[in-house]
Amino acid sequence: MSGARLGLALLLAMLTAGCAPQEGWRLTNITGLMPRLAFTLTDDGGDSVHGRDFRGAPVLLYFGYTHCPDVCPTTLAKLRRALGRLGPEARQVRVLFVTVDPARDTTGVMHRYVNAFGPQFVGLRGTPDQLHDITRRYRVVYNRDKPADSGGYQVAHSAAVFVFDARGRPRLVAKPGSDAGAVAHDLRRLLAEG
Amino acid sequence: MDAIHYLLPYQASPTLIALTAVAAVLFGRGQLAARRAGEPAGLWRGLSFWLGLAVTYAVLQTPIDYLAQHMFWVHRAQHLVLHHIGPILMVLAVPHEVMARGLPAGPRERWLRPLWHHPLVHGPYRVLQNPLVASVLFAGIIYLWLYPPIHFAAMLSVTYYNAMNWSVLFEGLLFWWLILDPRSPANGGLSYGVRMLMLWGVMPPQILIGAYIGLNGDILFDVYNICGRVWDVSPLVDQQIGGLLTWIPASMMSALTALIVLRMWLRESERGPAAAGTEARA
Repeated sequence: MSGARLGLALLLAMLTAGCAPQEGWRLTNITGLMPRLAFTLTDDGGDSVHGRDFRGAPVLLYFGYTHCPDVCPTTLAKLRRALGRLGPEARQVRVLFVTVDPARDTTGVMHRYVNAFGPQFVGLRGTPDQLHDITRRYRVVYNRDKPADSGGYQVAHSAAVFVFDARGRPRLVAKPGSDAGAVAHDLRRLLAEG
Repeated sequence: MDAIHYLLPYQASPTLIALTAVAAVLFGRGQLAARRAGEPAGLWRGLSFWLGLAVTYAVLQTPIDYLAQHMFWVHRAQHLVLHHIGPILMVLAVPHEVMARGLPAGPRERWLRPLWHHPLVHGPYRVLQNPLVASVLFAGIIYLWLYPPIHFAAMLSVTYYNAMNWSVLFEGLLFWWLILDPRSPANGGLSYGVRMLMLWGVMPPQILIGAYIGLNGDILFDVYNICGRVWDVSPLVDQQIGGLLTWIPASMMSALTALIVLRMWLRESERGPAAAGTEARA
């Protein structure tokens, strides 16, 4: 039956393309599914940066905002713990924290916020168009909620961390439930790849 | 926000935009040619095609597509249109007859007709349109893209995502054309009994997978947790609505189209088999 054969061929093509969990990784393997790290944003020093500037070492990409009540600080703290476990070999690893709330997260606010987590953390912000580009590229949602009476508001956003290898290829994704141990384990493997 | 925002694609597909434009131009020209020749307007036929084309385009090339990438139930609603509603509306209009009239006769006879009858085109088409193959493919493609590891890949990778939507739409057009072909069996259409059997046959698999998803207590598709949901709906409710959409409206399409096939069947038996051989088309 040609239908069944077609389906099987398609299935095999996808499994080999990397959507099946592969041995050895503790995070979710997304090799081959998403485009390379590329963006134009402004870092927390006020400089314009591009995705290719971060080639050469693994990169963790996370979307959030500094007024975020719980998920963002806990996720960033988790990543700091993971990097701490790796020791000096992780010095080159970068955590890119892209704000989905550029209206309140100015360069100065971002700088103070990411510095609290360590030197490997980079705060990034962009114009609405730049933010739209990178979120569409990585299929990430962010949604500004209705402001409360006090004027404060929350921004719903994806809670996943995308992990890129030294060549800027998306390899893994850490779900909200992944612990620091799993992140450290997989980063060590990525670092060993060179 | 500007109204135009709601009409712009989230991820523009030049291929889809071009194909839609070509289909629209050909169908429009065909309608004009028929009117000039003084033929009956076929109001419903035209409406059915334009509506089918419009809803298909809308779920792929407007912000609805953004929602479909980030909410499981919107994705299922999108596929209800791509796999069922859109193709049904379009094939009900027997659009290739109208479009053929919209094409200049030269290219039509010199290029399109020989291409259509070429063994490399007609052979695969006949295999795909074998009633058993067509039914297995129709139900199978739903299972394929809802198999969790494949669904995961389709929701992260633009390539797989496009492959998913194209294959579902293409498959829907093939299947529903086989079912709703206005030609009687004497004129090359499929026997009405076989059509009814096919419609009945694709129902249980759709009910089964829809119920399995809709009644499952576990989250089957965690890719929506990774990328985030557009609206604040709990993952389980999102999954339940998606399952229900796969289950009930999808299988209801079988019931609705069975009524149309039944009407075609009755008409033919009223006319008698002798007349059926001479009719041009329904």
